Amino acid sequence: MTHKSDRTLDVRALARVEGEGAMHVRVRGDTVEDVRLEIYEPPRFFEAFLRGRRHTEPPDITARICGICPVAYQMSAIAAIEDACGVTVGGPIADLRRLLYCGEWIESHVLHIYLLHAPDFLGYPSAIDLAKDRADLVERGLALKRTGNEILEAVGGRAIHPINVRVGGFYRAPTRAELAPLAENLRRALDWAYQTVQWAAGFEFPDFTHDHEMLALVLPDRYAIERGSVSTTGGLRFPTADFENHVIEEHVEHSTALHARLAGRGRYLTGPAARYTLSSHLLSPVAKQAAAEAGLGEDCRNPYRSILVRAVEVVYAVDEALRLIDAYEPPDRPYVDVPPREGTGYGATEAPRGTLFHRYALDQEGLIVSARIVPPTSQNQASIEDDLRKFVQARLDLDDEALTWRCEQAIRNYDPCISCSTHFLTLDIDRG
Amino acid sequence: MTGPSLAVWKFASCDGCQLSILDCEDELLAIAGRVNIANFLEATRTVQPGPYDVSLVEGSITTPEDAERIHRVRELSTYLVTIGACATSGGVQALRNFADVEEFRSAVYARPEYISTLSTSTPIAAHVDVDYELHGCPIDRYQLLELISALLVGRKPNISSHSVCFECKQRGNVCVTVAYGTPCLGPVTHAGCGALCPSHNRGCYGCFGPMETPNAAAQVGLLRAGGLSEADVTRVFRTFNTAAPAFVELSRIGVGPPPAAGPGDLPAAPPPTAAHPSHHAETA
Repeated sequence: MTHKSDRTLDVRALARVEGEGAMHVRVRGDTVEDVRLEIYEPPRFFEAFLRGRRHTEPPDITARICGICPVAYQMSAIAAIEDACGVTVGGPIADLRRLLYCGEWIESHVLHIYLLHAPDFLGYPSAIDLAKDRADLVERGLALKRTGNEILEAVGGRAIHPINVRVGGFYRAPTRAELAPLAENLRRALDWAYQTVQWAAGFEFPDFTHDHEMLALVLPDRYAIERGSVSTTGGLRFPTADFENHVIEEHVEHSTALHARLAGRGRYLTGPAARYTLSSHLLSPVAKQAAAEAGLGEDCRNPYRSILVRAVEVVYAVDEALRLIDAYEPPDRPYVDVPPREGTGYGATEAPRGTLFHRYALDQEGLIVSARIVPPTSQNQASIEDDLRKFVQARLDLDDEALTWRCEQAIRNYDPCISCSTHFLTLDIDRG
Repeated sequence: MTGPSLAVWKFASCDGCQLSILDCEDELLAIAGRVNIANFLEATRTVQPGPYDVSLVEGSITTPEDAERIHRVRELSTYLVTIGACATSGGVQALRNFADVEEFRSAVYARPEYISTLSTSTPIAAHVDVDYELHGCPIDRYQLLELISALLVGRKPNISSHSVCFECKQRGNVCVTVAYGTPCLGPVTHAGCGALCPSHNRGCYGCFGPMETPNAAAQVGLLRAGGLSEADVTRVFRTFNTAAPAFVELSRIGVGPPPAAGPGDLPAAPPPTAAHPSHHAETA
């Protein structure tokens, strides 16, 4: 027998997320019985077909895991392979990598803020509909996004799946003259980025806080992007090489992504809010000022306010890119040699959506024996489901249509990148 | 909303090709003014029912459900255009076509029984009729704009079908193979990127897939003369357009003795310089 207040909410194909996913919510009476994020992105088996490939190949191959954050895959792959081969890359090549990564943070964050997330706060189905009323806002977002793509093209050769990245460095290093026009555009972009923080600060944020442990890479002297060691808000500290001792992945039936948890501790969250909470003291002065003006405190535990953190990180990435370009002197040689050797290497970097871990084992000729990739979205999935359960429980008075939209918005808070489910969503609310 | 209706569909892929639409920062709002974006989940939660004048299809067919779904997309679409290497030639996930997918499933997933997949990754044209194909991993956004513009006014899209070699000549690049001995797939690769890799002192790695009439034997000879092993030659053709018939053939020529049509006219490579290093297996 079905109680009249029993219901099911079904979003069969979530919009404005990268990749394919669905959400299922089952409500019985006044209780949310089940919340499942379904990832039906077809499996592509990257970790299997990387075996037998040369140690020079993962930057190009793993970039194809995600068209939105290919640089993150390239940089984590390179970090792991250089670690396996005992090579450390510093100086201008390392600076160019950080500059390239700033380009991806700008492009990916601005895509999410303006085209995927802001329409929820303003009540529009898409940014294109928003543009009919406020073309100036959408045009500002697109111009800011283009600045990120300009960095990706100048340093990486191409915005999606950059071609200029290799193990050891770059195929060709840009000249100072080639980077100069970027700096000009970035100075304008810094104003747009700051205005974006002020704009987003005016949005209405639902009252909601979580108590998840948060995990991100940290560095002693700067906001971690392209390297760092792992740190959590619970006080856990470990080097990248120990990642698999602390992060346990489980395969659950409704997902082609694996669910991750911290050994002995449980679910956790990675991404912009985790980075901000652990490292906000290392932001540049202008980014700190933007954060303070937006009312962000020392930590960020309301997932809806993650749009503010992304906007602050855009200010930082623009500012940091300017600093790197001003200080840039081309390297004598665009890459260092990375001769293969037998061994295992570990690499982690901060993708726009959170910590991205790679591990490769190589044989003596440099052929890959095994590969393991832990993307941010699979780390966040358990926490997203937990948030949704609490969120829906508190809003059962909403009708299905309103509740469904609010749930979709809740999911988009995490900028889930479903394509990245190397191993993600439709909303389905079942009220019986 | 008036104007022809446009739908964007995703199958097994990285989202990069549909992101190319959102990467048209200068043109996106103009496109939205001329075209009725009727179904584009990555950009909007509004979904209008079909039929659609133009469907852009990203991704390859890897599951039984998708093998069914593509037929419904075809039925709803006047023009069906595949965008990118996955939809046009199977994508990097077609590497399973040369392997045991059961073993792949066990290698990646703790509970392989939860995973439903086909043993092959196949291009869209293997399942339904395709009206236009855009090559590339990812597609070039200017080719996409040309295609949308052409369909809007009812003319044939002006998309080059020659090789990347032509684009190097147009840019005035020095040939990386002739000058530096760098293995390069430019001679057999479909144009569209503007010869990006050779412009960065790198050999083309074939991400736009095969041109119409590649000279397979000569290409393999060049690669072997450049120092690539048989296994390397097989690998360079098994990347992002793995299931393209011409690249399948090229990857198999690499196995066995070097073909008779090997290059006798390759000059010796110059000593390596900082800007133009000679190297081996760089395309790999």
